[in-house]
Amino acid sequence: MNHWIIAPVVLPALLAPLIAYVMRYDITLQRVASITGAVLLCAIAFGLFMLSADGSVHVYRLGHWPAPFGIVLVLDRLSALLILLTSVLGLIVVIHSAASGWDQRGRHFHALMQFQLMGICGAFLTGDAFNLFVLFEILLIASYALTIHGGGKARLKAGLQYVIMNLAGSSLFLIALGTIYATTGTLNIADLSLKVREIPVEEAGLVRVAAMLLMIVFGVKAALFPVQFWLPGTYAMAPAPVAALFAIMTKVGAYAILRMHTIVFGPDAAPIGSLSQDWLMPAALITIAVGAIGVMGARRLMPLIAFSVLGSTATLMLAISGFSPHTTATALYYLVHSTFAAAAMFLIADLLLSRREGGDLLKAVPATVQNGFIAALFFAGAIAIAGMPPLSGFLGKLLVLDALRFADYAWLVWAVVLAGSLLTIVGFVRAGSVLFWKSTSAELMPPEEETPEEETPPANRIGPALAAPSVASLACLALLTVFAGPVMRHMESTAAQLYDPGDYVAAVLEDQHDTKKLKEEEH
Amino acid sequence: MELVVATSIGGLTAAGIYLILRLRAFPVILGVTLLSYATNVFVFASGRLAVGLPPVLTDDATAYTDPLPQALVLTAIVISFGMTAVLVLIALGAFLENGNDRVNVEDERAGEGDA
Repeated sequence: MNHWIIAPVVLPALLAPLIAYVMRYDITLQRVASITGAVLLCAIAFGLFMLSADGSVHVYRLGHWPAPFGIVLVLDRLSALLILLTSVLGLIVVIHSAASGWDQRGRHFHALMQFQLMGICGAFLTGDAFNLFVLFEILLIASYALTIHGGGKARLKAGLQYVIMNLAGSSLFLIALGTIYATTGTLNIADLSLKVREIPVEEAGLVRVAAMLLMIVFGVKAALFPVQFWLPGTYAMAPAPVAALFAIMTKVGAYAILRMHTIVFGPDAAPIGSLSQDWLMPAALITIAVGAIGVMGARRLMPLIAFSVLGSTATLMLAISGFSPHTTATALYYLVHSTFAAAAMFLIADLLLSRREGGDLLKAVPATVQNGFIAALFFAGAIAIAGMPPLSGFLGKLLVLDALRFADYAWLVWAVVLAGSLLTIVGFVRAGSVLFWKSTSAELMPPEEETPEEETPPANRIGPALAAPSVASLACLALLTVFAGPVMRHMESTAAQLYDPGDYVAAVLEDQHDTKKLKEEEH
Repeated sequence: MELVVATSIGGLTAAGIYLILRLRAFPVILGVTLLSYATNVFVFASGRLAVGLPPVLTDDATAYTDPLPQALVLTAIVISFGMTAVLVLIALGAFLENGNDRVNVEDERAGEGDA
């Protein structure tokens, strides 16, 4: 048993209390510890990624209890990929929050960030449905605190809505788990995979209810129509580095659907059939439309980016709704792209808005310092998230559309995705021209308003440390584009492993000679 | 007994959802609490209802009550308790900052000055 598998959960879990209690009065120490932790997490994640790259499934049995009874962590290609993605994003966000000073606007930012990473990594690793619920709650409770980090009227109000929405979602999650346990008698994902397939089709009503309840719960996390309402407000009001980290939060929902609705409630399970696909695809299409219309209608920059993230995540969910190895491979490629693109946009917006007069309202104001540099970053990020060539957004959307060519209603899928992309491009073009081009001419206006920000030093320039996280996110997108071939080959094998759950089930349920013997406990 | 448990879960859920749909924070918090009570009872009942039976399977026992949902519901109670505490604090913060306890976000322009 390889103990490194639990390291992505244990490392942040140990680091967070240390940061919160031992280093609470020393921000420098907190930053050093947090960045060191993030770097170590990246190293561990890369090691696990290499470990799983050969297609083997590694199981970590907590307390050495045998599988359907004890909790297991399972490392396969999919979970390793997402942990690597999380750790890299975590490092980027931690550096940005330290360089921009966001971590000083409230207390315990770095500790909460570590708890957040712990919850996300755990959710990607766990092989037990109830444990998934517990880890969801860990990442949510950290995200509640991070959402309202820094305080303020509007932020607290948006945070309140976010908490209420997710508490209702958690209740639904528990009801779904209760239903699953009542019908199958197990909550281990590998064991569920076998038990669900043994249920006769005519008695499968409750299992179908549970499968759809779970889809609604994960849909809340992934911001799918009709439960997407929390996302624009929360992302727009959250501190920018937190919003960037939340780019992975919607992917937790996408991952959970990928995991549960293939291995357990997959299209090959007779009691479920094509139920998941039938509901996921229309929901994703409507969400793309909502995102595109939101981008067009936004009068502020942060909601505009939030709505573009909504559309981007919905495109990912559309690719997942194909429920075949090929469509899932394209979905995974788009997932990586969507995460870095959203993070890059929020970080760049933070660089701009912390220097701009008039907040994030889309109206012409005097140009900021280094207008050209921020404009170039914004341009690259907008290209990525809208899906224009040459960055990976274009490749990702092309792959998704190509994979869905033979799906039912392919014409509708193509029309919605292409129209949504067009509206998103128009929205970003309009925003970019107002933010960067009109602003230069505004200097010619008579300075009738005495700008109170006059005394702020012109040292408001973007140093290398502050620019690095945004540039790194864009660089990840560039790498994803350049190495699209090898990346796609890895995604293909990841998706193939997901749709062949035999190895997963065997690794969890068989080969348990080294576990505790239950009989010995019972004398 | 099944009827009593089922109707009480149904009643709690209905009351919880009605209160969550209110516009002010206090009823919403009560609603979330009621909903989590209903959920806890539901999870508890998912191991089948049994009266006067031991929770652990021994070699000589002929019947037992499933201990796993009881462990699950214990976890769920702790989590929902903690989450409710967080919700109360955030709602209190929002009330003190905004001067009202409305849950809905006002029109974008109304909040322009304090962004």
